[in-house]
Amino acid sequence: MADLIAGMGTSHVPGVGAAMDNGKTDEAYWKPLFDGLKPLRAWHASNVPDVNIIVFNDHATSYSLDGYSTFTIGVGDHFKPADEGWGPRKVPNMKGHPELAWHIVEEVMAEDFDLAVAASLDLDHGFTVPLSIAYDQPDVWPTSVIPVCVNVIQHPLPTALRCFRLGQAIGRAVASFPQDMSVAIWGTGGLSHQLGGERVGVVNPEFDQMFMDNLTQDPMANTKLSHAEFIREAGCEGVEMIMWNVMRGALNTEVKEIYRFYHIPVSATAYGAIILENK
Amino acid sequence: MDTRDYDDVPGTYVLDSRTYRKGYHVNMFLMSLNRAECRDTFAENERAYLDTFPMTDDQKEAVLDRRYLDLLKLGGNVYYAFKLVSYDKQPPQVMYGQMAQPSMSFEEFQEMMGKGGRSIDGNRTIAEWNNG
Repeated sequence: MADLIAGMGTSHVPGVGAAMDNGKTDEAYWKPLFDGLKPLRAWHASNVPDVNIIVFNDHATSYSLDGYSTFTIGVGDHFKPADEGWGPRKVPNMKGHPELAWHIVEEVMAEDFDLAVAASLDLDHGFTVPLSIAYDQPDVWPTSVIPVCVNVIQHPLPTALRCFRLGQAIGRAVASFPQDMSVAIWGTGGLSHQLGGERVGVVNPEFDQMFMDNLTQDPMANTKLSHAEFIREAGCEGVEMIMWNVMRGALNTEVKEIYRFYHIPVSATAYGAIILENK
Repeated sequence: MDTRDYDDVPGTYVLDSRTYRKGYHVNMFLMSLNRAECRDTFAENERAYLDTFPMTDDQKEAVLDRRYLDLLKLGGNVYYAFKLVSYDKQPPQVMYGQMAQPSMSFEEFQEMMGKGGRSIDGNRTIAEWNNG
């Protein structure tokens, strides 16, 4: 049977990918971030699952006002990096895992989660930057991926609790997949940041640390936060943190925190990362 | 009144049904810049390309002048506005600094973030702003 081994939470700031793509990671601005990622990358290097389920959001790239599903799962056999306005990132294409993806679709739909199903889904920085954070710059990504796209930009959004429960259903689906393989799940986005308006640049380290503490100590507390609380306390775009709830919901009740890193600033964002292993 | 529970968060523009409807065409213009052929057409004659979208004159002028805060006030969304910043090959901090009040240069915005970012204290509610 498939085994869900771990979860990662990480911000997906586009500048991180650009810094890597343009060879700037040793510059003074970026070095503290990439130094902080070293232990995270070391963990990934020795814990490579067969499949990573990556929960992310599309930033007006493959989705737009013309159509934006609350939850979408990618069932294609491969995915390409998207052109977000400056040409696609020069990173390898991503290999999908249609068998597990379809199994998840069938299992979670039976639990009343209505996923949109996409075969062709070009993936923007919300997806490719976490891969770069975990695996640096390989010629081929070391795992297959299953994209799970959550609408966190066009309100109304799914609630924090709904995201957690979707994660629980995904976790059960992985556990019932009749093939011996290892799986990890990533929640991406956040932490506190606001990119628009007069209040642009607001961050909230206390809120972010509380949110990360809750992942091990009281994960349900993160499901009780309203969108208005996220917007007020963590910035308009900080509401992306609800995607970490999908990741956390998929894991066991008891998890072990392996590594945590927090750094301000990355562009206008408070960068956060955490690795949680299932107990 | 068509209100939301986040309406008292200051200096914040949420993409909801109100902004969706107000900003639909300007955001779809911005979205089109994801495509290289649209970027080329825009580059040939910005005004002519904008005129192919049923946007208001105010929205078109804000685009032509790169007035990003006004763009948000007119229904634009920041994720869509990124396409225009990228088209100009500018770092996003140029847009952030311009939207900030008081406004900041690229360097000033970088300096604020380097010092830990804008504090949440005093920035949670419009009332805090008015009393601050």
